[in-house]
Amino acid sequence: MWRLVRAYPLGAFGAVVLAAMLAAAVCAPWLAPYDPLETNYSVVVRPPSAAHLLGTDQFGRDVLSRIIFGARTALFVGLVSSFVTATLGALVGVATAYVGGKVDLIAQRVIDVLLSFPLIILAIAVVAALGVGTLQVIAAIIVPMLPRATRVVRASALAIRQMPYIEAAHSTGVGALRVIGRHVLPNVTASYIVMLTAFLAEVIVLEASLSFLGLGVVEPTPAWGLMLRDFAGQYAEAAPWLPLAPGMAISLAVFAFNLLGDAVRDALDPRLRE
Amino acid sequence: MRTYLLKRLLLMVPTLLGVATIVFLLLRVLPGDVVLLRLAGEGGRVADEVLRAERARLGLDHALWRQYLDWIVGLGRGDLGLSMWTGRPVVTEIRIRLNLSLELTLLATLLAVAVAIPLGTLAALRRSTWLDYLLRVFTLSGLSLPSFWLGVLIILLLLRLFRWSPPLMFTSFWQDPVANLSQLVWPALVVGFRSAALSARMMRSALLDVLGDDYIRTARAKGLSERAVVRRHAVRNALLPVITVVGLESAVILGGLVVTEQVFNLNGLGKLLLEAVTRRDYTLTQALVMLSASAFVVMNLLVDLCYAWLDPRIRYR
Repeated sequence: MWRLVRAYPLGAFGAVVLAAMLAAAVCAPWLAPYDPLETNYSVVVRPPSAAHLLGTDQFGRDVLSRIIFGARTALFVGLVSSFVTATLGALVGVATAYVGGKVDLIAQRVIDVLLSFPLIILAIAVVAALGVGTLQVIAAIIVPMLPRATRVVRASALAIRQMPYIEAAHSTGVGALRVIGRHVLPNVTASYIVMLTAFLAEVIVLEASLSFLGLGVVEPTPAWGLMLRDFAGQYAEAAPWLPLAPGMAISLAVFAFNLLGDAVRDALDPRLRE
Repeated sequence: MRTYLLKRLLLMVPTLLGVATIVFLLLRVLPGDVVLLRLAGEGGRVADEVLRAERARLGLDHALWRQYLDWIVGLGRGDLGLSMWTGRPVVTEIRIRLNLSLELTLLATLLAVAVAIPLGTLAALRRSTWLDYLLRVFTLSGLSLPSFWLGVLIILLLLRLFRWSPPLMFTSFWQDPVANLSQLVWPALVVGFRSAALSARMMRSALLDVLGDDYIRTARAKGLSERAVVRRHAVRNALLPVITVVGLESAVILGGLVVTEQVFNLNGLGKLLLEAVTRRDYTLTQALVMLSASAFVVMNLLVDLCYAWLDPRIRYR
């Protein structure tokens, strides 16, 4: 444990921030001084004070409490969508690389097409089809990220397919599914984990962007991107302190995830180690 | 080389056809339609005959296969049709906004390259010094500050310091270069920061890679000055992967512009796309998606061609 911290101090810092976020998300009801949904029209748009450490928003809701509960939204969307994306991507990637031939060729062309769509357009289309809300946002993130995940895993699966031990397994009469399960999947685990952590940061940005555009999580759910949208749009001049809290929360989370992702990549991919 | 180019150009056709098909189907699956949104947008009531007549005028009453055929044939002939919302030609709608977005992209890319290449080079040459760590902070913040947050920060800062807020009107470069640049430089900074971070990181690792190669030792051994070694041999070869990053980043920029243009209230292609989708303006959305997909595909090809041009060892067949 200590050795890991010593070897990857920045990654350890990222992990600590992530752990703190997780703790905040889990213990939100006990940590938050107020109910994040409780409105109080006697204290609308107030600067930070002893009663409201980060001030109050346009409905008199406590900003600190909403930031703490926002960690729930960000982590829930982030973890679920990166996990689903990476796992589905890994399965499709390994399957097409293993089967090869026409199936792989067709799958690759379809992925080419999907990759030429800007990410945000696909996300917008999914939101338009399914509506706004937390679960819909998860779908809107998975769809555009999936083709990329598939590409990443396919590349490493292709390399493994050429290995002599795969040929050896085949020649001893082991079935395709067993070869995939016993030999291919364990060997793409490293790139799977690297991809998973790298996606976390990206997914949190994407969720916040969608919410910021009004295409993601909806009121009254506390979400950082949504808070930034409200505060930056209407209160930039009157209450410039308001956008700072959600903005900092997003950047800190993404920064921590990036650090963690870098460390995981360095640790698992020896070729990149310096 | 010529056969390679021909093959690549031919391969673009099925990809773009796929994009055209998917965007067509995607739009038809979305709930809501342009006629209802336009005529009864504020919750007003419109007679059924009026709606029907309008749909017939736009060709929305045709069978799906006929609409699809119209779209693909029109695309083949370069006829993108009229916007279903404004009734103006799609080409006109796009042309009005294209300059702004192109200028923004160009400015952002220039800024990114101007910052990333010297910074990445310095960091690689002064590896593990404070300069290197500074670059690390720079790249990580470039990747960690989402464009909308950075944009909001810049607007807040400009508002506080200079009482400047994003103007409502766009001034073109030919009208008033100073006003134009002072308007676009901030969003360009926001957009360019991310690509600068990515490219600087790539430049650093590519240069470190190259500096360990045999021909660098040879260059040093034959008595070249360190400056010449770095400039003529190392940096040139390290540029290849950087070009990929810069090229591909500028190709997907249209998607990234959606958010930035919203923040800075710029009436460019990103904002147009968002509007077109929300209004279910099929023709305009289809055209914009095709434009951005083509940009992506062409940029990919250009990057590959650039490789062959810069590195004569690479031969395409």
